[in-house]
Amino acid sequence: MDTRLILSIAKSMLLARWRQTLVAAVGVTFSIAMFVTLLSFMNGLNDMLDSLILNRTPHVRLYNEIKPSDNQPVNVAAQYEDSYNFISSVKAGVTRQEIYNSGPILQAVKADERVLGAAPKLLAQVFFNEGTIDITGVINGIDVEEESRLFNFQDYVTSGNAIDAKNVANSIILGKGLADILVADIGDVVQVTTAQGERFSLKVVGYFQSGIQEIDKVQSYASIATTQKLLGKPANYMTDIQIKLHDLEQAPAMAREYAQLFRVDAEDIQTANAQFDTGSSIRSLISYAVGVTLLVVAGFGIFNILNMMIYEKMDSIAILKATGFSGRDVNLIFLVIAMSIGFFGGMVGLLFGFIFSVIIDNIPFNTAALPTIETYPINYSPVFYFIGGSFSLITTYFAGYFPARKASKVDPVEIIRGK
Amino acid sequence: MNEKKEHMQEVILEARGINKEFHDPVTVQVLRDITFTVNKGEFVSVIGKSGCGKSTLLYILSTMDTDYTGELLIDRELMTGRPDKELARIRNEKIGFVFQFHYLLNEFTVLRNVMLPGLKLGKFSEQEVEHRAIERLKMLGIEKLASKPAYHISGGEKQRVAIARALINDPHIIMGDEPTGNLDKRNSDIVFNIFKELTEEHNQTLLIVTHDPEFAENSNRIIEMEDGRIIRH
Repeated sequence: MDTRLILSIAKSMLLARWRQTLVAAVGVTFSIAMFVTLLSFMNGLNDMLDSLILNRTPHVRLYNEIKPSDNQPVNVAAQYEDSYNFISSVKAGVTRQEIYNSGPILQAVKADERVLGAAPKLLAQVFFNEGTIDITGVINGIDVEEESRLFNFQDYVTSGNAIDAKNVANSIILGKGLADILVADIGDVVQVTTAQGERFSLKVVGYFQSGIQEIDKVQSYASIATTQKLLGKPANYMTDIQIKLHDLEQAPAMAREYAQLFRVDAEDIQTANAQFDTGSSIRSLISYAVGVTLLVVAGFGIFNILNMMIYEKMDSIAILKATGFSGRDVNLIFLVIAMSIGFFGGMVGLLFGFIFSVIIDNIPFNTAALPTIETYPINYSPVFYFIGGSFSLITTYFAGYFPARKASKVDPVEIIRGK
Repeated sequence: MNEKKEHMQEVILEARGINKEFHDPVTVQVLRDITFTVNKGEFVSVIGKSGCGKSTLLYILSTMDTDYTGELLIDRELMTGRPDKELARIRNEKIGFVFQFHYLLNEFTVLRNVMLPGLKLGKFSEQEVEHRAIERLKMLGIEKLASKPAYHISGGEKQRVAIARALINDPHIIMGDEPTGNLDKRNSDIVFNIFKELTEEHNQTLLIVTHDPEFAENSNRIIEMEDGRIIRH
């Protein structure tokens, strides 16, 4: 009964000055809408920039690093065990770039249930011959189907068809920058010289655009079989195994595990791309800071309006107290007023935030650097709506707290006699 | 007559040695050793010159002002020293209030204004409170105003609505701070006649502060104050 009465009194007071109420609520609506839109947009951008690198980066990469042996023979020899050995001009030994036993390793990794998939890769350093000029480049020999499934390869092939690299014999997909230098159209044939001095002709079946110009000037893709042929290697020759996991967070631990198990070098994505994580988290931090500032400003707006309202309602407060409402009742009435402004303003704000997000999501955004993006990116995570909603209630509670306390302390005698 | 005598002896309100001082800007004693009782069914006027402390006394008696020494009893229960919440409940249940400046809540209709203290008391359901409110408006001849917003009615009507509100919880006593002070002669008479009728026909106890000698003369009993003391009662 009491609660209903307090709610109905709060409602009447709110509606009696609905214009003022509306101004306060619009303040909350605006800030919540902006908060949600800003965070959705910022995180959409973050996701896009991250995916630019992270989506295409294996979570764990297995490879064989060419490096000198940690155990030089003289240190192992029994008769020099107690001496201090100086070795100069240490060279890498007969280690090969190839991963030993690549076939069984690939099978074992694919059988691991933590693994989403694994794709082999073979790097070949080549020269592209453009008349008399040689241009250095890299051919990535890939399993086109697996590469597309795991690392969205087909998204970055802007002209031509990714699968042609596999279906057309002796074909190549050139980076867009590289193709411009070579003036090679789709269907043209480019001349390639390997580091071993072998010359090959490869047919261009597509362009590749990563969004990072420096990469596009150097990189090109061919099927793994073509690349093996280029290097004169057998069909089990591969330099990298790229692994994608179900859970990104497990990468460092699994990299260590595989390194030990298969006796190869293993690099996890967190180590390889630490700077991207830092960038994203700082961008998020900034957008949260701006969003919270908006809400706090709205909170001050509510605080002001409630304070004014309490001065206007002094008579009403006095009469409520004189007729038997306690200080606590009055406090509750004003808290309810503040919280309803927060609640309704916040709800409408969330709705507007969603509408703004949809609008931004539909604005065309075409840039050569980002071939897969057609509109501005938006992240529709419910987390932002949840944070925005709770924050609108929390700020309005605090904005209402002090005015409500003041109202509860109003001395009715002073008001009634003051006339 | 005998029965009425018995009622008269039932003490509704008792003040025992009430003193009050104002400390700002200098200490002034506004009430000195106020001791008196009000019995059930009495219509008491409190008169005195401006600044004699009669309003101050009324607000102490109404439990709204708790900054005094001495003892206050309402319905034979000690009010002095009780917490705010209990006093609010006692005001709600046992005291009806009529002020000089009407003090209706402008956000509500006339009917709702009358109902609010009843809803707060929570003794009756909302329908019953509404029924009781309409009864009281009828008694005061203003039931046709029930659905009007409180700010749309005249001063005299407002004061009658305030009286209806004061009556909603069947209080032990109705207190008024110059309830006719802001009204013209015709409306003053209407309000006075309502008070008279309440005390004669419904045995309602009234304690009214006034500076209108005619109003006071026509009540049952006059308490006259001067310089914070009662000089006649």
